Amino acid sequence: MEIVRSHRQLAAAAAAAGGGGGVDGGGAGGLPTYRTAPQLEVRLEEFELFAIDRLRVLKGIADGLSRGKRPEEMEKLVNELWKVHMRHQDPAETLNKDIISHFVLRLVYCRTEELRKWFLSMETTLFRYRFRLESPESQRMLMSEFQLPYKALPHSEFEAVKDKLSQVARSIGQSATVESVFFKVPFEEVPDLVASRRVFLSKGYTYVAMSQVVSLVVTQFRCNISKALVLTNRKWMATIKEQEKDRLTPIVEALSNAYFGPDYSQPKDAVEISLKDIDQLARTSFPLCMHHMLEKLRENHHLKHGGRMQFGLFLKGAGLKLEDALAFWRAEFSQKVGSERFDKEYAYSIRHNYGKEGKRTDYTPYSCQKIISATPGVGDHHGCPYRHFGEENLRAALNKMGISGHPLEEIMDKVKNRHYQLACTLTFEAAHGVSCDTGINHPNQYFSESQKVLKVKNQAVQSQATT
Amino acid sequence: MESSIKEKCPFKIDIGPVYSVDPAKRHAYAQSGNNVFVPVERELIFDIDISDYDDVRYCCSGADVCKDCWPLMTIAIKILDASLRDDFGFNHILWAYSGRRGVHCWVCDSRARKLNNEQRAAIADYFRVYKGGENTMKKVSLTGPVLHPFLARSYTDVLKCFFEDKLLLSQQLFASEERYRKILDLIPDENIASELHDRWQGNRRSSISKEDVNATRWEQLKTTLQSGKHKAQGLRRCVEEIVFSYTYPRLDMEVSKHMNHLLKAPFCIHPKTGRVCVPIDPNNCDDFDPTTVPTLSQLLGELNAAGLHSNSENDWERTSLEKPIRFFRTAFLQPMLKACKEELESAYNAKLQQSKNSLAW
Repeated sequence: MEIVRSHRQLAAAAAAAGGGGGVDGGGAGGLPTYRTAPQLEVRLEEFELFAIDRLRVLKGIADGLSRGKRPEEMEKLVNELWKVHMRHQDPAETLNKDIISHFVLRLVYCRTEELRKWFLSMETTLFRYRFRLESPESQRMLMSEFQLPYKALPHSEFEAVKDKLSQVARSIGQSATVESVFFKVPFEEVPDLVASRRVFLSKGYTYVAMSQVVSLVVTQFRCNISKALVLTNRKWMATIKEQEKDRLTPIVEALSNAYFGPDYSQPKDAVEISLKDIDQLARTSFPLCMHHMLEKLRENHHLKHGGRMQFGLFLKGAGLKLEDALAFWRAEFSQKVGSERFDKEYAYSIRHNYGKEGKRTDYTPYSCQKIISATPGVGDHHGCPYRHFGEENLRAALNKMGISGHPLEEIMDKVKNRHYQLACTLTFEAAHGVSCDTGINHPNQYFSESQKVLKVKNQAVQSQATT
Repeated sequence: MESSIKEKCPFKIDIGPVYSVDPAKRHAYAQSGNNVFVPVERELIFDIDISDYDDVRYCCSGADVCKDCWPLMTIAIKILDASLRDDFGFNHILWAYSGRRGVHCWVCDSRARKLNNEQRAAIADYFRVYKGGENTMKKVSLTGPVLHPFLARSYTDVLKCFFEDKLLLSQQLFASEERYRKILDLIPDENIASELHDRWQGNRRSSISKEDVNATRWEQLKTTLQSGKHKAQGLRRCVEEIVFSYTYPRLDMEVSKHMNHLLKAPFCIHPKTGRVCVPIDPNNCDDFDPTTVPTLSQLLGELNAAGLHSNSENDWERTSLEKPIRFFRTAFLQPMLKACKEELESAYNAKLQQSKNSLAW
C-alpha cells in the first residue's frame, strides 16, 4: 500500500503489514480476509478519512456488544453500520476502502496490548457478522481460502450421530430436522460453540453444522489478525515510527486517541482520594456497581477475585494511592482472614494491580463494557448491577440510593431493553439532579463527573453564604 | 527434588504451569520488554468447593462438610468425569480430595496441557449451568425445548436420582416453610407457587403420617407442574431447573480458565485439617468419606506402631496411605507414563521418517 500526498508520490512506508501480493481474494460477496496488504496508492486524506469511517463501525459494534445485544440484533446492527459508513456506489471502491481502512487501523491499534485486544475483538465481530450475510457459495469459498482441512461428514457417520445432532439443534431452538452438511472438528477449533453448548461433542470432536462454520472461519481469522498485529507492532517500533515521524506517525497517534475515550489508568489532574473519605465519596459519587461492592466488603470483610479487580482498579483510577489501598483492603480482610494471611495472599495482587509485581504493567480500571460482559458466579458481587441483579434486588438498591417513582421506572425500562449504560446514566442524572449528555461509559467517568457537579454545587453554596 | 524437599521442608506445594523460561530468572527476562516469560503447558484443572453450595445445604456451612452434604461433591465428580472422558475424549484424569472442603481435578492428557486460555474457558463454560451472582433469585435457567445431550445425560444418569434418593431427605429440603419457600420461588408462575404454598401450610399436621414430608411434597410439586393444564414451555423445564439448582456442580471458574493458576499438589497435607489430599477413584466415588481420610498425626502413629524401620523405602505400605498410593500409581501414573512414552516414540518415528524421506531425495 503506498501513501500519496495529493498527487505526489512518497515513499511507501506504510506498507506496514508487509506488502506484496495483489488485492487479496475478495470472496464472491466482497469479504476480504486481509491476508496481505494490497499494492495501492492511497491519498493521505483518504488514509485518514477511511480509517475514521471504519472506526465509526467498530465503535458502533463495541456499543452494541456492551448493551448485550443478541446475535440477530448484532447482525442487523453490523449490516447497517457497514452500509452507512463504508459503502460506495462502485463496488471496487468499497472493497478498496475496506482493505485500506483495515490496514491503516492495524497500524493504529498495533501499539499496545490493550489497543490490540480491542481492535482484534471488534474486527473479529465485524468479520463474523459480515460472513453470516454472505451466500453459502461464497462462505464455502472463504472456507477454502482459509485452507480449512475439514471434509463434510460421510453419510454412515452422520447416520450414527443423527439423533444427537437433532437433540442439540432442538436444544438451541432450531427445528428438529437436521441440516445435512456437518464437519467433524477437534473441539479446540471452535471454543465459542463449545462454551455455549451449541454443538454435539464426542471423544474430543465437535460436529459443526454448515450454518455454524462461521465459528471455524472466525477462529482462523482471529488467529491470523492477532499474529499480524504483533508483527506490525514490531515493524512499527523498529522502523516505521521513526521514518514516518513527520507524516504518518502523527495521524496514527491522533487516530488511536480520537475514539478510544480517555485513559483512566492515571487519575486525572492528580486528584487524590484519601482513606477516610471513601465512605463519604461512595454515598455521593460512586456508581452503583462500586457502591454495592464497598457495602459488601464492609459487611463480609471479603470480596472474591472479580470484585477485588473491578473495585480495586476503580479506586486506583479514582486516585487512591498504593499505600492507602493496602491499608484499606487490609483493614477489611484482616477481620476475616487475619492480617498475616492478608499479607501473604492478597497484598501481592494489590501491588500487582499498581504495577509493582509480576509483569509490572500498570493495569487500567475496567470500562463499563468489560464490566457488563463479566459473568459473576456464586458469591460474586462484581459485574454491572443493571445487568446482573435480579429486578427486585436492583429496585431495592436504587431505592436505597434515594431513587423512586418516575425516574426509577424509567431506569427499569432501560434495563428491560438491555440499555445498561443508559440506565446508569439515568441513575446519575436522578442522583445529581443534572443532565449528563455524554452518557456513562466508565465507572471512573461517573465518579469524576459526579465530583465535578458536586464541586460546582459546593461553590454555589459557599458564594451564597458569603454574600 | 527429594533432597530439595527434605532441605526446605515446605508445608505445602502448589503446582503451576511450565513456563517458557526459568521462573527464577523472570525478572531478568522482563527487562527485554517482549513477553518471553509465558506459560506454555499446564494441566487442565478444576476446583470445586462445598462452600459454594451454602444456599442449598442445611447440615453445614462454610468450610465444614459431613456425610450429608458430601454427595454434592460425588455428583460433581461423576458428571465432570463422564463428560471429560466421553465428550472431550480425555483419558488421564486424576481426582483428589482437597484436604478440607472440596475436590480438585487434574486432566493431564497432552492435549489438555496444551490448551490455551480461551479453550480452557470454553470447557469451563460448557460445564456451567449455574449463572448469576448473589443478586439474582433464579440462578439456573434452562431454555430451549430439549436439553443439550450432555445436560440431559447428567440429569437422567446422576442428578435426578441423587436429588430424589439422597438430598431431598438428607437436607430436608421441604421440611420447613423457609426451605420450601425457596424452592417455590424458582417457579415462574405465581399462581402455582402460592397454590402449593397454601396447601403445605394448611396440612402441616398431616406430616406425622408415615410418608416422608419431603418426598410427598416433591411429588405434589412435580405432578402439579407436569399435569396437562400447565404444559406451558417455561413450566415444563421448571422441575429440571429446581433439580439442577440443588445438585449441579458449581465450579470455581477462574481456576480452570487461566493457565497460570496454582493448585495444591496431590498428597499434600491440608494445613488446617492435617488431612492428606488423597486421590479419589471416580468409579467408586460413592464410597469416599472425607471424614475418614488419614491425617498426618494418624500416619505418624501408624509408622511408630509398625516399629522403627526408619528410612526404609516402603514404609508407606504399612500405613493407611497404602491404598491411595497404589491407586495413584496403577490407575493414573502408570497409564500416564505409558502414554507419554508412546507419544515421544511416535514423534521420534515421525521425525525419523521425515529425515529418511529427505535423504531419499
